[in-house]
Amino acid sequence: MKKAAYLLPLLLVLALIVGFSSYMRTPGPGPSPDEGYKVGDKAMDFKLKNVDGKTVSLSSNAGAKGYIVVFTCNTCPYAQAYESRIMALHQKYASQGYPVVAINPNDPQIAPGDSFEKMQERATEKKYAFPYLFDETQSVARTFGATRTPHVYVLQRSGQDFKVAYIGAIDNNTEDGTAATERYVESAMTQLMAGKPVQTTSTKAIGCTIKWKKKA
Amino acid sequence: MKHLRVLVLLLLCLGAAPAWAQKVSVVKLPALQRVLARPTDTTYVINFWATWCKPCIEELPHFEKVRARYANQKVRVLLVSLDFPSKLEQKVKPFVKQQRLASTVWLLNETDANAYIDKVDPKWSGALPFTLLINNRRKLRTSFEQPLTEAELTQALRPFVRP
Repeated sequence: MKKAAYLLPLLLVLALIVGFSSYMRTPGPGPSPDEGYKVGDKAMDFKLKNVDGKTVSLSSNAGAKGYIVVFTCNTCPYAQAYESRIMALHQKYASQGYPVVAINPNDPQIAPGDSFEKMQERATEKKYAFPYLFDETQSVARTFGATRTPHVYVLQRSGQDFKVAYIGAIDNNTEDGTAATERYVESAMTQLMAGKPVQTTSTKAIGCTIKWKKKA
Repeated sequence: MKHLRVLVLLLLCLGAAPAWAQKVSVVKLPALQRVLARPTDTTYVINFWATWCKPCIEELPHFEKVRARYANQKVRVLLVSLDFPSKLEQKVKPFVKQQRLASTVWLLNETDANAYIDKVDPKWSGALPFTLLINNRRKLRTSFEQPLTEAELTQALRPFVRP
């Protein structure tokens, strides 16, 4: 009975908190929609470990005109569905100064198939020609505002900086890329390289939620 | 008297019938939009999931419990699968049967995610699982772009239901 006496106000306070948070997206473990980059923002440089053991940062490739940054992973079936399209983007645009940089933000505690060792295995097996970086602290994904895999950020160099030119999906058909009627990243790249403004600067797509570390 | 006996028999049959839904309705976006816009005092618990999404599958039992717990209140659980329509027979139906899901299960037959995600909820980026709690009459709406524990779901439902 005594226990219930102090439980009741506690429950009431909880109910009030929940009540006030109605009509909002409840903050989860990942970045809230207000966090992360918007198109036009300057992307902060980062230092992440590549599958070859070396550290990669945006500034380490002086010849890059920009980057196609893709948050992806080993285990998400949607990331797998897009894997060959990510490889094709690198093949097409690296020689034109826009290489792919793939980043795995998943916590291997939750997704064991996304450990650094498993990343190395996949990169070797699939012969990735681009860096595949491990965002171990998840701070890069958080800074970018990535929520899912795959999640693309096209960056364009502006002096020493890199600015976000496009955020979103690769195309509008996950199951069958050949049936896609919009190829968002390719369109953005064509427009960027022609010095024109990107028409569709952000899109949404279904993907796997990033496996955020459980709060201690 | 005879009619009564038939009625009793029918009721018994209904009671004994498997309590899980084995039907998966394939729908287009407008069907979902109608539910989202329904002005009644019914709370809709809408969970977007897929058979390939591990965290989704882990939280499905919580939604099943919600359905059972609030069966006598105006609470409806709707599980919207975002599996490819081509996986309906091979993946989704066997999964629903095997898990004995009793909640209503739909498969959203839309390819162009960029065209429908904002129409479901502008705050949704597209990551799965995604859960919406809506009661339009009482102007209550909460969404979660993350997997939920049973405790989190119960707490989120508090403003929507009678204890």
